Amino acid sequence: MHLDHPHHGPAAVSADAHRPDGSRRALRIGLGGPVGSGKTATVAALCRALRDELSLAVVTNDIYTREDAEFLLREAVLPPERIAAVETGACPHTAIRDDISANLEAVEDLEDTVGPLDLILVESGGDNLTATFSKGLVDAQVFVIDVAGGDDIPRKGGPGVTTADLLVVNKTDLAPYVGSDLARMAADAKAQRAGLPVVLQSLRGGTGVADVAAWVRERLAAWTA
Amino acid sequence: MSRAALLVLADGRFPAGGHAHSGGAEAAVKAGRITSAAGLEDFCRGRLHTAGLVAGALAAAAVLGVPPGDLDAAADARTPSPALRGAARRLGRQLVRAARASWPSAELDALARDFPKGAHHPVVLGVTARAAGLAPVDAAYCALYESVSGPATATVRLLSLDPFEATGVLARLAPELDRAADTAVEAARWALDEGAGALPAASGPLLELGAEWHAGWPVRLFAS
Repeated sequence: MHLDHPHHGPAAVSADAHRPDGSRRALRIGLGGPVGSGKTATVAALCRALRDELSLAVVTNDIYTREDAEFLLREAVLPPERIAAVETGACPHTAIRDDISANLEAVEDLEDTVGPLDLILVESGGDNLTATFSKGLVDAQVFVIDVAGGDDIPRKGGPGVTTADLLVVNKTDLAPYVGSDLARMAADAKAQRAGLPVVLQSLRGGTGVADVAAWVRERLAAWTA
Repeated sequence: MSRAALLVLADGRFPAGGHAHSGGAEAAVKAGRITSAAGLEDFCRGRLHTAGLVAGALAAAAVLGVPPGDLDAAADARTPSPALRGAARRLGRQLVRAARASWPSAELDALARDFPKGAHHPVVLGVTARAAGLAPVDAAYCALYESVSGPATATVRLLSLDPFEATGVLARLAPELDRAADTAVEAARWALDEGAGALPAASGPLLELGAEWHAGWPVRLFAS
Protein backbone atom coordinates (compact mmCIF):
# COMPACT_ATOMS: atom_id res chain seq x y z
CA MET A 1 0.00 0.00 0.00
CA HIS A 2 1.21 3.50 -0.78
CA LEU A 3 -1.47 5.45 0.97
CA ASP A 4 0.67 8.55 1.27
CA HIS A 5 1.65 8.54 -2.37
CA PRO A 6 0.24 11.73 -3.88
CA HIS A 7 -1.35 9.90 -6.81
CA HIS A 8 -3.30 7.46 -4.69
CA GLY A 9 -5.13 10.09 -2.67
CA PRO A 10 -8.66 11.21 -3.43
CA ALA A 11 -7.47 13.63 -6.11
CA ALA A 12 -6.46 10.66 -8.26
CA VAL A 13 -10.10 9.79 -8.69
CA SER A 14 -10.92 12.69 -10.97
CA ALA A 15 -9.05 15.84 -11.83
CA ASP A 16 -5.48 14.81 -10.99
CA ALA A 17 -3.22 15.54 -13.93
CA HIS A 18 -1.42 12.23 -13.47
CA ARG A 19 -2.42 8.64 -13.98
CA PRO A 20 -1.88 6.04 -11.25
CA ASP A 21 1.43 5.05 -12.86
CA GLY A 22 2.70 8.63 -12.55
CA SER A 23 2.52 9.52 -16.24
CA ARG A 24 0.67 12.65 -17.34
CA ARG A 25 -2.86 11.88 -18.46
CA ALA A 26 -4.38 13.10 -21.71
CA LEU A 27 -5.77 16.61 -22.01
CA ARG A 28 -9.58 16.43 -21.86
CA ILE A 29 -11.66 18.93 -23.79
CA GLY A 30 -15.45 19.00 -23.49
CA LEU A 31 -17.79 20.04 -26.30
CA GLY A 32 -21.29 21.08 -25.27
CA GLY A 33 -24.20 23.02 -26.71
CA PRO A 34 -27.81 22.80 -27.80
CA VAL A 35 -29.25 19.90 -29.80
CA GLY A 36 -28.38 20.11 -33.50
CA SER A 37 -25.79 22.88 -33.22
CA GLY A 38 -23.09 20.71 -34.78
CA LYS A 39 -21.16 19.26 -31.84
CA THR A 40 -20.64 15.85 -33.42
CA ALA A 41 -19.72 17.37 -36.79
CA THR A 42 -17.21 19.63 -35.01
CA VAL A 43 -15.73 16.62 -33.21
CA ALA A 44 -15.44 14.82 -36.55
CA ALA A 45 -13.75 17.83 -38.14
CA LEU A 46 -11.32 18.14 -35.22
CA CYS A 47 -10.44 14.46 -35.44
CA ARG A 48 -9.67 14.81 -39.14
CA ALA A 49 -7.57 17.91 -38.49
CA LEU A 50 -5.58 16.48 -35.58
CA ARG A 51 -5.44 12.70 -35.90
CA ASP A 52 -2.22 12.63 -37.92
CA GLU A 53 -0.30 14.65 -35.33
CA LEU A 54 -1.92 13.53 -32.04
CA SER A 55 -3.04 10.35 -30.32
CA LEU A 56 -6.79 10.99 -30.00
CA ALA A 57 -9.94 9.46 -28.55
CA VAL A 58 -13.58 10.55 -28.22
CA VAL A 59 -16.28 9.97 -25.60
CA THR A 60 -19.87 10.64 -26.71
CA ASN A 61 -22.84 11.20 -24.38
CA ASP A 62 -25.91 10.33 -26.40
CA ILE A 63 -29.19 11.00 -24.68
CA TYR A 64 -31.00 7.87 -25.77
CA THR A 65 -29.18 6.26 -28.69
CA ARG A 66 -25.70 5.56 -29.94
CA GLU A 67 -26.26 7.83 -32.95
CA ASP A 68 -23.38 10.20 -32.24
CA ALA A 69 -20.90 7.40 -31.68
CA GLU A 70 -22.22 5.65 -34.78
CA PHE A 71 -21.92 8.82 -36.85
CA LEU A 72 -18.25 9.08 -35.90
CA LEU A 73 -17.74 5.40 -36.67
CA ARG A 74 -19.51 5.70 -40.03
CA GLU A 75 -17.45 8.73 -40.93
CA ALA A 76 -14.39 6.70 -39.89
CA VAL A 77 -12.80 9.70 -38.23
CA LEU A 78 -11.06 7.40 -35.73
CA PRO A 79 -10.68 3.64 -35.32
CA PRO A 80 -13.67 2.18 -33.40
CA GLU A 81 -11.64 1.34 -30.31
CA ARG A 82 -10.95 5.06 -29.86
CA ILE A 83 -14.64 5.99 -29.58
CA ALA A 84 -16.61 5.26 -26.39
CA ALA A 85 -20.30 6.00 -25.74
CA VAL A 86 -21.67 6.87 -22.30
CA GLU A 87 -25.38 6.43 -21.46
CA THR A 88 -26.84 9.34 -19.54
CA GLY A 89 -30.27 8.30 -18.20
CA ALA A 90 -32.18 11.17 -19.83
CA CYS A 91 -29.97 13.77 -18.15
CA PRO A 92 -27.00 14.78 -20.33
CA HIS A 93 -26.05 17.70 -18.10
CA THR A 94 -25.93 15.48 -15.02
CA ALA A 95 -23.43 13.19 -16.71
CA ILE A 96 -21.03 16.03 -17.55
CA ARG A 97 -21.49 18.24 -14.50
CA ASP A 98 -23.20 16.85 -11.37
CA ASP A 99 -22.26 13.17 -11.56
CA ILE A 100 -19.29 12.69 -13.83
CA SER A 101 -18.45 9.15 -12.75
CA ALA A 102 -19.50 7.31 -15.93
CA ASN A 103 -17.58 9.78 -18.10
CA LEU A 104 -14.46 9.52 -15.93
CA GLU A 105 -14.65 5.77 -16.26
CA ALA A 106 -14.87 6.09 -20.04
CA VAL A 107 -11.86 8.42 -20.34
CA GLU A 108 -9.77 6.23 -18.04
CA ASP A 109 -10.73 3.08 -19.91
CA LEU A 110 -9.71 4.72 -23.20
CA GLU A 111 -6.33 5.67 -21.76
CA ASP A 112 -5.90 2.10 -20.48
CA THR A 113 -6.91 0.35 -23.69
CA VAL A 114 -5.66 2.57 -26.54
CA GLY A 115 -3.26 4.90 -24.69
CA PRO A 116 -1.01 6.69 -24.35
CA LEU A 117 -3.30 9.48 -25.53
CA ASP A 118 -2.57 13.18 -26.04
CA LEU A 119 -6.17 14.34 -26.22
CA ILE A 120 -9.65 13.08 -25.35
CA LEU A 121 -12.67 14.96 -26.69
CA VAL A 122 -15.76 14.53 -24.49
CA GLU A 123 -18.92 15.42 -26.39
CA SER A 124 -22.02 16.20 -24.35
CA GLY A 125 -25.48 15.12 -25.41
CA GLY A 126 -27.42 18.05 -26.83
CA ASP A 127 -28.70 20.13 -23.95
CA ASN A 128 -29.72 23.62 -22.94
CA LEU A 129 -27.80 26.88 -22.61
CA THR A 130 -26.90 26.26 -18.96
CA ALA A 131 -25.07 22.96 -19.51
CA THR A 132 -21.40 23.18 -18.65
CA PHE A 133 -18.74 20.56 -17.92
CA SER A 134 -17.34 19.91 -14.45
CA LYS A 135 -13.69 20.85 -13.96
CA GLY A 136 -13.34 17.36 -12.49
CA LEU A 137 -14.02 15.91 -15.94
CA VAL A 138 -12.47 18.28 -18.50
CA ASP A 139 -9.59 20.74 -18.57
CA ALA A 140 -11.25 23.09 -21.04
CA GLN A 141 -14.60 23.34 -22.74
CA VAL A 142 -15.99 24.42 -26.08
CA PHE A 143 -19.60 25.58 -26.41
CA VAL A 144 -21.11 25.13 -29.86
CA ILE A 145 -24.14 27.15 -30.94
CA ASP A 146 -25.39 27.77 -34.47
CA VAL A 147 -26.84 30.68 -36.38
CA ALA A 148 -30.07 28.80 -37.14
CA GLY A 149 -30.86 28.48 -33.42
CA GLY A 150 -31.50 32.23 -33.33
CA ASP A 151 -29.12 35.17 -33.46
CA ASP A 152 -30.22 36.27 -29.97
CA ILE A 153 -28.50 33.33 -28.24
CA PRO A 154 -25.18 35.14 -27.61
CA ARG A 155 -27.10 38.11 -26.19
CA LYS A 156 -29.11 35.82 -23.88
CA GLY A 157 -25.86 34.53 -22.43
CA GLY A 158 -26.02 31.75 -19.85
CA PRO A 159 -23.14 29.70 -18.45
CA GLY A 160 -22.32 27.92 -21.74
CA VAL A 161 -22.07 31.08 -23.83
CA THR A 162 -20.39 33.26 -21.22
CA THR A 163 -17.93 30.91 -19.51
CA ALA A 164 -16.85 28.30 -22.08
CA ASP A 165 -13.16 28.56 -22.91
CA LEU A 166 -14.07 28.72 -26.60
CA LEU A 167 -17.41 29.67 -28.16
CA VAL A 168 -18.04 28.30 -31.65
CA VAL A 169 -20.83 29.93 -33.68
CA ASN A 170 -21.49 27.23 -36.25
CA LYS A 171 -23.28 27.02 -39.61
CA THR A 172 -22.41 30.58 -40.58
CA ASP A 173 -23.17 29.63 -44.21
CA LEU A 174 -26.85 29.42 -43.21
CA ALA A 175 -27.04 32.97 -41.83
CA PRO A 176 -28.52 34.58 -44.96
CA TYR A 177 -31.19 31.87 -45.23
CA VAL A 178 -32.40 32.06 -41.61
CA GLY A 179 -32.17 35.81 -41.23
CA SER A 180 -29.42 35.73 -38.63
CA ASP A 181 -27.19 38.76 -38.22
CA LEU A 182 -23.65 37.36 -37.90
CA ALA A 183 -22.07 40.69 -37.02
CA ARG A 184 -24.55 41.13 -34.21
CA MET A 185 -23.94 37.59 -32.93
CA ALA A 186 -20.19 38.19 -32.91
CA ALA A 187 -20.57 41.55 -31.15
CA ASP A 188 -22.98 40.15 -28.53
CA ALA A 189 -20.69 37.19 -27.90
CA LYS A 190 -17.70 39.48 -27.47
CA ALA A 191 -19.65 41.61 -24.99
CA GLN A 192 -20.77 38.56 -22.97
CA ARG A 193 -17.42 36.78 -22.79
CA ALA A 194 -14.95 39.23 -21.26
CA GLY A 195 -12.20 38.54 -23.75
CA LEU A 196 -12.69 34.76 -24.13
CA PRO A 197 -12.31 33.65 -27.75
CA VAL A 198 -15.10 33.15 -30.31
CA VAL A 199 -14.78 31.30 -33.63
CA LEU A 200 -17.28 31.65 -36.47
CA GLN A 201 -17.36 28.28 -38.19
CA SER A 202 -18.89 26.81 -41.32
CA LEU A 203 -18.07 23.15 -41.73
CA ARG A 204 -19.59 23.20 -45.22
CA GLY A 205 -17.57 26.22 -46.22
CA GLY A 206 -14.49 24.91 -44.45
CA THR A 207 -14.00 28.07 -42.42
CA GLY A 208 -13.26 28.17 -38.72
CA VAL A 209 -12.18 24.54 -38.30
CA ALA A 210 -8.52 25.49 -38.54
CA ASP A 211 -9.05 28.12 -35.83
CA VAL A 212 -10.68 25.60 -33.50
CA ALA A 213 -7.88 23.10 -34.15
CA ALA A 214 -5.28 25.81 -33.50
CA TRP A 215 -6.99 26.64 -30.19
CA VAL A 216 -6.84 22.95 -29.24
CA ARG A 217 -3.13 22.84 -30.09
CA GLU A 218 -2.51 25.86 -27.87
CA ARG A 219 -4.35 24.17 -25.02
CA LEU A 220 -2.32 21.03 -25.51
CA ALA A 221 0.94 22.97 -25.57
CA ALA A 222 -0.01 24.61 -22.26
CA TRP A 223 -1.02 21.23 -20.82
CA THR A 224 2.22 19.49 -21.68
CA ALA A 225 4.47 22.47 -20.87
CA MET B 1 -19.95 7.32 13.86
CA SER B 2 -21.78 10.13 12.14
CA ARG B 3 -25.45 9.57 11.40
CA ALA B 4 -25.33 12.51 8.99
CA ALA B 5 -22.94 10.46 6.82
CA LEU B 6 -25.95 8.28 6.02
CA LEU B 7 -27.72 11.30 4.53
CA VAL B 8 -24.69 12.04 2.35
CA LEU B 9 -24.47 8.44 1.14
CA ALA B 10 -28.22 8.00 0.57
CA ASP B 11 -28.68 11.34 -1.21
CA GLY B 12 -29.88 10.78 -4.76
CA ARG B 13 -27.37 13.44 -5.83
CA PHE B 14 -24.41 11.50 -4.44
CA PRO B 15 -22.25 11.37 -7.59
CA ALA B 16 -21.91 7.64 -8.12
CA GLY B 17 -23.61 7.11 -11.48
CA GLY B 18 -27.03 5.95 -10.28
CA HIS B 19 -28.91 8.59 -12.24
CA ALA B 20 -28.28 6.73 -15.50
CA HIS B 21 -29.97 3.52 -14.30
CA SER B 22 -33.68 2.75 -13.93
CA GLY B 23 -33.47 -0.37 -11.79
CA GLY B 24 -35.42 -2.33 -14.38
CA ALA B 25 -38.18 0.28 -14.62
CA GLU B 26 -37.49 1.12 -18.28
CA ALA B 27 -38.01 -2.50 -19.35
CA ALA B 28 -41.10 -2.82 -17.12
CA VAL B 29 -42.60 0.36 -18.56
CA LYS B 30 -42.07 -0.83 -22.12
CA ALA B 31 -43.52 -4.23 -21.32
CA GLY B 32 -46.62 -2.52 -19.95
CA ARG B 33 -46.05 -3.68 -16.38
CA ILE B 34 -45.76 -0.11 -15.07
CA THR B 35 -48.35 2.30 -16.45
CA SER B 36 -49.30 4.27 -13.35
CA ALA B 37 -48.34 5.05 -9.76
CA ALA B 38 -50.12 1.84 -8.69
CA GLY B 39 -48.04 -0.19 -11.11
CA LEU B 40 -44.90 1.55 -9.91
CA GLU B 41 -45.79 0.64 -6.33
CA ASP B 42 -46.25 -3.04 -7.22
CA PHE B 43 -42.97 -3.04 -9.11
CA CYS B 44 -41.10 -1.37 -6.26
CA ARG B 45 -42.60 -3.70 -3.67
CA GLY B 46 -41.44 -6.68 -5.69
CA ARG B 47 -38.00 -5.22 -6.10
CA LEU B 48 -37.73 -4.31 -2.42
CA HIS B 49 -38.35 -7.88 -1.29
CA THR B 50 -36.12 -9.54 -3.91
CA ALA B 51 -33.16 -7.63 -5.36
CA GLY B 52 -33.48 -5.04 -2.58
CA LEU B 53 -33.33 -7.55 0.25
CA VAL B 54 -30.33 -9.31 -1.29
CA ALA B 55 -28.54 -5.99 -1.79
CA GLY B 56 -29.37 -4.88 1.75
CA ALA B 57 -28.02 -8.10 3.26
CA LEU B 58 -24.83 -7.92 1.15
CA ALA B 59 -24.24 -4.32 2.20
CA ALA B 60 -24.89 -5.03 5.88
CA ALA B 61 -22.59 -8.07 5.77
CA ALA B 62 -19.80 -5.92 4.31
CA VAL B 63 -20.15 -3.49 7.23
CA LEU B 64 -19.95 -6.40 9.66
CA GLY B 65 -16.66 -7.44 8.08
CA VAL B 66 -17.55 -10.41 5.88
CA PRO B 67 -14.72 -10.40 3.28
CA PRO B 68 -15.70 -8.36 0.19
CA GLY B 69 -14.39 -11.06 -2.14
CA ASP B 70 -16.78 -13.62 -0.61
CA LEU B 71 -19.66 -11.19 -0.84
CA ASP B 72 -18.87 -10.35 -4.45
CA ALA B 73 -18.94 -14.03 -5.37
CA ALA B 74 -22.24 -14.39 -3.48
CA ALA B 75 -23.66 -11.43 -5.41
CA ASP B 76 -22.59 -13.01 -8.70
CA ALA B 77 -24.30 -16.26 -7.74
CA ARG B 78 -27.50 -14.36 -6.94
CA THR B 79 -27.60 -12.40 -10.21
CA PRO B 80 -28.37 -14.74 -13.15
CA SER B 81 -28.51 -11.97 -15.79
CA PRO B 82 -25.10 -11.08 -17.28
CA ALA B 83 -26.46 -7.60 -18.08
CA LEU B 84 -27.40 -7.04 -14.45
CA ARG B 85 -24.05 -8.33 -13.23
CA GLY B 86 -22.35 -5.91 -15.60
CA ALA B 87 -24.50 -3.00 -14.44
CA ALA B 88 -23.87 -3.86 -10.77
CA ARG B 89 -20.11 -3.88 -11.35
CA ARG B 90 -20.15 -0.61 -13.29
CA LEU B 91 -22.13 1.03 -10.50
CA GLY B 92 -19.78 -0.49 -7.95
CA ARG B 93 -16.78 0.93 -9.75
CA GLN B 94 -18.39 4.35 -9.94
CA LEU B 95 -19.34 4.24 -6.26
CA VAL B 96 -15.83 3.29 -5.17
CA ARG B 97 -14.51 6.43 -6.84
CA ALA B 98 -16.98 8.72 -5.07
CA ALA B 99 -16.53 6.81 -1.80
CA ARG B 100 -12.72 7.10 -1.81
CA ALA B 101 -13.01 10.83 -2.34
CA SER B 102 -15.63 11.14 0.41
CA TRP B 103 -14.35 8.73 3.08
CA PRO B 104 -10.72 7.82 2.30
CA SER B 105 -9.90 4.40 3.72
CA ALA B 106 -7.44 1.58 3.20
CA GLU B 107 -10.31 -0.88 2.75
CA LEU B 108 -11.80 1.16 -0.09
CA ASP B 109 -8.35 1.48 -1.68
CA ALA B 110 -7.97 -2.30 -1.45
CA LEU B 111 -11.42 -2.84 -2.98
CA ALA B 112 -10.55 -0.54 -5.91
CA ARG B 113 -7.26 -2.39 -6.39
CA ASP B 114 -8.71 -5.91 -6.13
CA PHE B 115 -11.67 -5.13 -8.41
CA PRO B 116 -10.37 -2.72 -11.08
CA LYS B 117 -13.52 -3.26 -13.16
CA GLY B 118 -15.75 -2.91 -10.13
CA ALA B 119 -17.15 -5.12 -7.38
CA HIS B 120 -20.92 -5.56 -7.10
CA HIS B 121 -22.55 -2.29 -6.06
CA PRO B 122 -24.07 -3.49 -2.73
CA VAL B 123 -20.67 -4.82 -1.63
CA VAL B 124 -19.02 -1.47 -2.37
CA LEU B 125 -21.91 0.28 -0.63
CA GLY B 126 -21.28 -1.78 2.51
CA VAL B 127 -17.53 -1.14 2.50
CA THR B 128 -18.30 2.55 1.97
CA ALA B 129 -20.72 2.62 4.91
CA ARG B 130 -18.04 0.94 7.01
CA ALA B 131 -15.51 3.59 5.97
CA ALA B 132 -18.04 6.29 6.85
CA GLY B 133 -18.46 4.82 10.32
CA LEU B 134 -22.03 3.72 9.69
CA ALA B 135 -23.80 0.67 11.13
CA PRO B 136 -24.89 -2.48 9.26
CA VAL B 137 -28.50 -1.38 9.42
CA ASP B 138 -27.59 1.97 7.83
CA ALA B 139 -26.02 0.20 4.87
CA ALA B 140 -29.06 -2.05 4.57
CA TYR B 141 -31.36 0.98 4.54
CA CYS B 142 -29.26 2.63 1.88
CA ALA B 143 -29.31 -0.42 -0.41
CA LEU B 144 -33.01 -1.04 0.12
CA TYR B 145 -33.95 2.58 -0.44
CA GLU B 146 -31.88 2.74 -3.64
CA SER B 147 -33.64 -0.40 -4.87
CA VAL B 148 -36.93 1.52 -4.97
CA SER B 149 -35.91 5.18 -5.35
CA GLY B 150 -34.09 4.51 -8.64
CA PRO B 151 -37.15 3.00 -10.38
CA ALA B 152 -39.40 5.72 -8.92
CA THR B 153 -37.37 8.64 -10.28
CA ALA B 154 -36.81 6.83 -13.58
CA THR B 155 -40.56 6.28 -13.98
CA VAL B 156 -41.20 10.00 -13.46
CA ARG B 157 -39.02 10.57 -16.54
CA LEU B 158 -40.27 7.59 -18.55
CA LEU B 159 -44.02 8.02 -18.06
CA SER B 160 -44.11 11.73 -17.16
CA LEU B 161 -45.65 10.40 -13.96
CA ASP B 162 -46.67 13.03 -11.42
CA PRO B 163 -43.58 13.35 -9.19
CA PHE B 164 -45.76 13.76 -6.09
CA GLU B 165 -47.40 10.42 -6.81
CA ALA B 166 -44.03 8.74 -7.25
CA THR B 167 -42.80 10.16 -3.95
CA GLY B 168 -46.01 8.99 -2.30
CA VAL B 169 -45.20 5.46 -3.47
CA LEU B 170 -41.83 5.63 -1.71
CA ALA B 171 -43.42 6.98 1.46
CA ARG B 172 -46.02 4.20 1.53
CA LEU B 173 -43.26 1.59 1.16
CA ALA B 174 -41.32 2.98 4.14
CA PRO B 175 -42.75 0.67 6.83
CA GLU B 176 -42.01 -2.38 4.66
CA LEU B 177 -38.54 -1.03 4.04
CA ASP B 178 -37.99 -0.80 7.81
CA ARG B 179 -38.85 -4.47 8.23
CA ALA B 180 -36.74 -5.50 5.24
CA ALA B 181 -33.74 -3.65 6.71
CA ASP B 182 -34.07 -5.62 9.95
CA THR B 183 -34.35 -8.88 8.00
CA ALA B 184 -31.28 -7.96 5.96
CA VAL B 185 -29.18 -7.26 9.05
CA GLU B 186 -30.30 -10.48 10.69
CA ALA B 187 -29.26 -12.40 7.58
CA ALA B 188 -25.95 -10.53 7.50
CA ARG B 189 -25.21 -11.62 11.08
CA TRP B 190 -25.86 -15.22 10.04
CA ALA B 191 -23.43 -14.77 7.19
CA LEU B 192 -20.76 -13.55 9.58
CA ASP B 193 -20.87 -16.95 11.28
CA GLU B 194 -21.97 -19.23 8.46
CA GLY B 195 -20.35 -17.57 5.45
CA ALA B 196 -21.76 -15.57 2.56
CA GLY B 197 -23.74 -18.61 1.36
CA ALA B 198 -26.18 -17.97 4.20
CA LEU B 199 -27.29 -14.64 2.68
CA PRO B 200 -30.79 -14.41 1.18
CA ALA B 201 -31.15 -15.43 -2.46
CA ALA B 202 -34.54 -13.94 -3.29
CA SER B 203 -34.84 -13.09 -6.95
CA GLY B 204 -37.32 -11.53 -9.32
CA PRO B 205 -37.13 -13.52 -12.56
CA LEU B 206 -38.82 -10.75 -14.56
CA LEU B 207 -36.14 -8.29 -13.41
CA GLU B 208 -33.46 -10.63 -14.72
CA LEU B 209 -35.27 -11.33 -18.00
CA GLY B 210 -36.17 -7.66 -18.44
CA ALA B 211 -32.53 -6.64 -17.97
CA GLU B 212 -31.41 -9.02 -20.73
CA TRP B 213 -34.14 -7.71 -23.05
CA HIS B 214 -33.31 -4.09 -22.24
CA ALA B 215 -29.58 -4.56 -22.85
CA GLY B 216 -30.32 -5.44 -26.48
CA TRP B 217 -32.31 -2.32 -27.32
CA PRO B 218 -30.66 0.11 -29.72
CA VAL B 219 -32.63 3.06 -28.30
CA ARG B 220 -33.11 3.56 -24.57
CA LEU B 221 -32.96 6.32 -21.98
CA PHE B 222 -31.26 4.37 -19.19
CA ALA B 223 -28.17 2.18 -19.03
CA SER B 224 -30.08 -0.54 -17.16
